[in-house]
Amino acid sequence: MHRRIDWPAHLVLLLGVALFAFPVWLVFAGATQDAGAINRGDLSLIPDFSHLGIFLSVLLHGYGEAGGHPAWRMLMISAGMALSIAIGKIVISMLSAYAVVFFRFPFRMAAFWTIFITLMLPVEVRIIPTYAVMADFHMIDSFAGLTVPLIASATATLLFRQVYLAIPDELVEAARMDGAGPIRFLFDMLIPVSSANMAALFVILFVYGWNQYLWPLLVATDPRLDTIVIGIVQLTFGGFTLTPWNTMMAMAVLAIVPPVVVVMAMQRWFVRGLAEVEK
Amino acid sequence: MATLELAGLAKSFGALAVLHGVDLALADGEMVVIVGASGCGKSTLLRLVAGLEEPSAGSVVLDGRDVTRLDPAARDIAMVFQNYALYPHMSVFENMAYGLRIRRLGRADIRSRVDQAARMLGIDGLLDRKPRQLSGGQRQRVAMGRAIVREPKLFLFDEPLSNLDARLRVQMRAEIRRLQRRLGVTSLYVTHDQVEAMTLGDRLLVMHEGRPAQVASPLEIFCRPANTYVAGFIGAPAMNFLPARLADAGRAAALEAGPVMAFADGPRAGRDGRALIIGIRPEDVTVLPEGAAQGLRLAVDLVEPLGSETLLHGRLPGGAAFTVQRAGMVQVGEEITVGLRAASLHVFEAETGCRLDPMLPVPPAEVEPRAAMHGSRDPGGT
Repeated sequence: MHRRIDWPAHLVLLLGVALFAFPVWLVFAGATQDAGAINRGDLSLIPDFSHLGIFLSVLLHGYGEAGGHPAWRMLMISAGMALSIAIGKIVISMLSAYAVVFFRFPFRMAAFWTIFITLMLPVEVRIIPTYAVMADFHMIDSFAGLTVPLIASATATLLFRQVYLAIPDELVEAARMDGAGPIRFLFDMLIPVSSANMAALFVILFVYGWNQYLWPLLVATDPRLDTIVIGIVQLTFGGFTLTPWNTMMAMAVLAIVPPVVVVMAMQRWFVRGLAEVEK
Repeated sequence: MATLELAGLAKSFGALAVLHGVDLALADGEMVVIVGASGCGKSTLLRLVAGLEEPSAGSVVLDGRDVTRLDPAARDIAMVFQNYALYPHMSVFENMAYGLRIRRLGRADIRSRVDQAARMLGIDGLLDRKPRQLSGGQRQRVAMGRAIVREPKLFLFDEPLSNLDARLRVQMRAEIRRLQRRLGVTSLYVTHDQVEAMTLGDRLLVMHEGRPAQVASPLEIFCRPANTYVAGFIGAPAMNFLPARLADAGRAAALEAGPVMAFADGPRAGRDGRALIIGIRPEDVTVLPEGAAQGLRLAVDLVEPLGSETLLHGRLPGGAAFTVQRAGMVQVGEEITVGLRAASLHVFEAETGCRLDPMLPVPPAEVEPRAAMHGSRDPGGT
């Protein structure tokens, strides 16, 4: 309407950005200073650009003297776990939502509500029984043990159910008249029609998987299965006399990068999948 | 191209019976329009034929083959849906080709069939577009194209024009008719729009509360409605109904509003005093000079000018609503005298609502077949 710059609005937005960006900047700046800076309490907000090499050395060698792993290994484990959880959740919940919405079978709604109720039981609540089950399956200290218990997802099932319920009956019927069976309908109609929602869900679930802490800590004691999040924490409780804050902050910066890349790469899809209804 | 026979087709959802048994036979290439108010079971009937619902009783025989228990895809039927139901992620070409691809037709064959249908429908320039880039009329054409390329034995139309604006609807109506004639595919067409029904159908099936009220050609239904429901439903503005009693040894009806109308087409069976309903279409009402003997006083309370003619809505002295269609204007609040054209009276039995045809001057034994031929349920004589 009018081209005048709306100063108050910009001010509020800038404040918001600062609020989010400041901690990240602090971590970045802290990573380039010496380990004692935080302990002394004189952390500078201006990064010491001569020490940027710390990122590379953390990535390739980790915290050498203490026997830590290189960060790239832990990043790979984290990425593998986050991808498996995100993709596994999407596949499982898509199939269960498909069954609940499009097929008539006995106890259909009972099945749906059972899935729904598990919303009240996140991993943190059922961690001991889940651990016991994993132990019985001999899945402790394995990649499967790290991911499988986190894959079942009521949230994603609910989301897919809503998406599928919004698909007009006539579309389903038209596909039936055209001769599409259940499998064809799934691949030719449902997946393409809900691809934006899947992408949005993927972003959320990837970040969820990436940030897992408690479960990996418990189920994987083998250091080869350490995720980057575990790696960061171990620097605090790793038996150092003086916590190597700069290494830890460098690792934190590295840990932020992959989720940020995923979010930015899929931003367009993300907004479309959550906000837009495609007609 | 095929014949279609429905025998005793019925459907209940739990305890709720929505369709009470429909018998209908379509000749090869015939277009039958199923028309009725919403909730009369017309869409259910179509879905039973399509195979999208399982009938509770009865059978569907297509081209001599019983398809009642077959999957929709195995019936060789194509359907055009009310909301077009185009696949939103596919281009127009892919939409039309999808059914053929599933049937494993060759690539060249699919191409030529889709191209031909697209040319026929005038959408050959739109084949690469997505449905959301099309207007309502274009989407409608694509939906029809999708049905045509299948070259099915039977077309089903489920209110395909109800989402279009009035102008486009008239245009598409004519196009559907031309196309159906040209392709010669047997068709069932569901609509609630009586103009659509009258103009499109070779025959009409008027549904009322899950039962067929009348099956006949459009003109037959208009001129000789089988009962008060059909009479009131078909024709716009709707027919006027006046309560009356049989009088003058069956030769006339004494309207409760006063005048006694002699039947122009012959006496009706029954004792004098038998309760009747006299129907008269608004266009068959004449305006008489003030104080005419056979006139009804009408207090006009609403005037709707249509251009060439004017609709006058009003109330008779007894309070019954009455509509007149005539040329020229009348002011609201005016009282006019109207007369019924004797040759245009429709006589119905009050109790059942069924049409009461004149008795024929032949022995009673022969009354039945003749009357049945005209589709009357009550040949006369109680």
